[in-house]
Amino acid sequence: MLDVLYAVLVAPFKDMAGSPAFLIEVLIGGLFAGLMYSLVALGFVLIFKASGVFNFAQGVMVLFAALTLVGLLERGAPVLLALGLTTAVMVALAFAIERIVLRPLVNQEHIILFMATIGLNFFLEGFGEMLWGANVKKLDIGIPDRSFIVRGVQINQLELTAAVTSAVLVALLALFFQRTRIGRALRAVADDHEAALSLGIPLKTIWVVVWSVAGVVAIVAGLMWGAKSGVQFSLSLIALKALPVLILGGFESVPGAIVGGLIIGVGEKLGEVYWGPLVGGAIENWFAYVLALAFLLVRPQGLFGERIIERV
Amino acid sequence: MKGSAAAPPLLEVDRVSVRFGALIAVNQVSLRIGRGEIVAIIGPNGAGKTTLLNAVSGFYRPYEGTIAFEGRDRTRMAPPDVAALGIARTFQNVALFKGMSVLDNIMTGRLLKMRGSFLLEALYWGPARRQELEHRAFVERIIDFLEIQAIRKTPAGRLPYGLQKRVELARALAAEPKLLLLDEPMAGMNVEEKEDMCRFILDVNQEFGTTIALIEHDMGVVMDVSDRVVVLDYGRKIADGPPAEVRKDAAVLDAYLGVAHEA
Amino acid sequence: MIYREAGQFKSSYADDQAIFPVVQDRVVVAAAVSAAFVVPPLVASEYWLQAVLIPFLVYALAALGLNLLTGYAGQLSLGTGGFMAVGAYSAFKLATAFPRLSIIVVFLLAGLVAAGVGILFGIPSLRIKGFYLAVATLAAQFFLIWLFNKVAWFTNYASSGTITAPDRTFFGALVTGPNSTPSARYLTALGLVAVFALVAKNLVRGRIGRSWMAIRDRDIAAEIIGVRPLRTKLLAFAISSFYCGVAGAGLVFFYLGTAETLAFDISISFLVLFMVIIGGLGSILGSFLGAAFIVLVPIVLSNAPRMVGLALPVALQKQIELMVFGGLIIFFLIVEPRGLARLWQISKEKLRLWPFPH
Repeated sequence: MLDVLYAVLVAPFKDMAGSPAFLIEVLIGGLFAGLMYSLVALGFVLIFKASGVFNFAQGVMVLFAALTLVGLLERGAPVLLALGLTTAVMVALAFAIERIVLRPLVNQEHIILFMATIGLNFFLEGFGEMLWGANVKKLDIGIPDRSFIVRGVQINQLELTAAVTSAVLVALLALFFQRTRIGRALRAVADDHEAALSLGIPLKTIWVVVWSVAGVVAIVAGLMWGAKSGVQFSLSLIALKALPVLILGGFESVPGAIVGGLIIGVGEKLGEVYWGPLVGGAIENWFAYVLALAFLLVRPQGLFGERIIERV
Repeated sequence: MKGSAAAPPLLEVDRVSVRFGALIAVNQVSLRIGRGEIVAIIGPNGAGKTTLLNAVSGFYRPYEGTIAFEGRDRTRMAPPDVAALGIARTFQNVALFKGMSVLDNIMTGRLLKMRGSFLLEALYWGPARRQELEHRAFVERIIDFLEIQAIRKTPAGRLPYGLQKRVELARALAAEPKLLLLDEPMAGMNVEEKEDMCRFILDVNQEFGTTIALIEHDMGVVMDVSDRVVVLDYGRKIADGPPAEVRKDAAVLDAYLGVAHEA
Repeated sequence: MIYREAGQFKSSYADDQAIFPVVQDRVVVAAAVSAAFVVPPLVASEYWLQAVLIPFLVYALAALGLNLLTGYAGQLSLGTGGFMAVGAYSAFKLATAFPRLSIIVVFLLAGLVAAGVGILFGIPSLRIKGFYLAVATLAAQFFLIWLFNKVAWFTNYASSGTITAPDRTFFGALVTGPNSTPSARYLTALGLVAVFALVAKNLVRGRIGRSWMAIRDRDIAAEIIGVRPLRTKLLAFAISSFYCGVAGAGLVFFYLGTAETLAFDISISFLVLFMVIIGGLGSILGSFLGAAFIVLVPIVLSNAPRMVGLALPVALQKQIELMVFGGLIIFFLIVEPRGLARLWQISKEKLRLWPFPH
């Protein structure tokens, strides 16, 4: 009994202290994975904040964006053109989604919209696979997957680029929501569709804008991830992990998506490396969800969410 | 005798305050309701009337003061326990179960009286079946009483507002409550519907002896129906007495009725 | 309608509360159920039994379970696969550890284990609602699958990591295992599902069903009326997981014969959810309609092109299947969010008036 307690509560920390350089590498790995989750979660938050829709298909949108990008690159398009075309595709997708899925379901209960996005998830998965094929693809965007050593710690160039890009993206988005008129209108829409409509806010345009921006975020996420691990279908499953991120960070907070993602990413990696061997590994499959669950029990609205006061 | 001074009150609210963060919605309100009385709670919007009722229902916990029912303190009880004591209510924004028929909605009012054996219910056999039919018979009497036979199988979500309010009353009555809390039972009704509701409320009080507290805005209804009127304003009680007295009370007129009174 | 309820008046509440108040409905349903027991073993091909009817029954049971939790009690769950896995692995362990135990008892015990696990993962539902609860149930899904993968005890230390249904008899006939016939398996499954469906119907039309629907529609008002949320929700999780557990056992013992954890992964959770959405949330009939639909779509998709002369590669077929599922979900949610069961009701109402339009 004491052995078990020791193994769980003491030994992992001793390991961490024992080789700090390794610990930092694990942390950085966790931060990077967390960043990926954050980017996907960011797409969710954008859409939820602006239209009140919980877009279950966000992960698949990431995959779809990555697939399109890789497909175009494989057919010889230069990088910038490929990026531009992919953006156009995601915007077209946003239009289509607004027209076919969102407009007919305007003002239905949130649960119905959520289930519609599950349907969208499956549709895009099949569609993407049909268009671009099902095998793993390598995404090469010209940034070498090379590491350099700083003070005894290995840092990967690709990961660093990803981190910087994401930081810039997040800052831009935060500003967008806070400062611009469109940003404010989006927040009104998220609160109440009908009320927003009655105020003359052009619901359709707004939705297309938002889903397009989410599409662009998806491209960035897909790019980063695809470059690191190749573009394949497990991407959509990994993207499912954005859900625990949203739980930690709250569904409507841009900073929350980032912080939540980083916490999940780091927590997962630490758990896998230091506690995983105790139970045979692969903790990463469920750790994020259990962490989110534990969190929900203590603080149902997440780190950054607003407390829901129920009224009768 | 109704609410006589000698008999202990059914409900005693003693200096209760309810707070939401910095906002004090109910501020040291005391009131007593005697057995068999009909008490109207009136006041401008935002005065804290519904909040007070929610505190009595156990949905909000007062941060000071006590609430006693039938002489026993029940300030810290959870809503289902409060319901089990015999307090039933209707809600300001009709809270019917939209996915169920009218009959099923009213049957939910009987849930507290139903003793369940899971196995027997799974087979719908013997005692379970008998119990279900007994409760159905009781609910049908309420349906007759409130004259809603024609809509008993209609999904509650499809009813017009006035009928929804009546069904909500039926659901509350199904619980055979000792104390009935009605939150604006006549909101949005026309004159005829209001007359019907008044009649039902008086019948319930006279035939079943149910004590009733109702929040109401229509002064005519309040004057006709209630034995006593309690007036709230900004969370405080500013008057408490028979309708004729309250109607002439200066503080009430200032705060609420806004009628220029002769000095 | 070919027959109408006009002229059929009920003179007792008992008659009014019957599952099928219209006499002709009762006759039709009785005939259909009897036919279900008699006809397929006689005339259906092995393909039909094995690839259509048996999976339909198993999935219908799972859909029934999920519908009780999500459709009636309003607790969204994406953990169906996990609970099915609990049932399957429990049944496997029980059947292999106690060879003399009747297979029906094995199934029921497996269901109880699943119910226990369901209660455990249902505890968060007190504090957590809506989408958040869905994510919490994902924790159940991923954790349970991981558990069955990691702990070799569950597969009796098989090197292949799979579980195989052993031969078991019921009333003298082999009903599970490699040597059983599809007919025997079909009949046992049918019997099981018929009983479970009846029980479900009895539950939802009585006290328990009403307290579930009250929580689903207005949980706060329900509480104030006297419904106890913890008890009600946990009961929903327990019964739903029981059904899903037995369905999971059925998936291995009646349908697949051999399975690994992949059979219970997140895609089956989604699949069963689709059945419930398409069939109709909050409808017993809907669970069956949805299951039938989902079982038939891949069959149609694989056979239809062949019938018109096209030959599609398998991968493409799978992709089209995904697209069709996704598209149909969206279609149903737009056109009739209450699913096939509601469409069935509407057509009955129209038929009642036919040939008049209204």
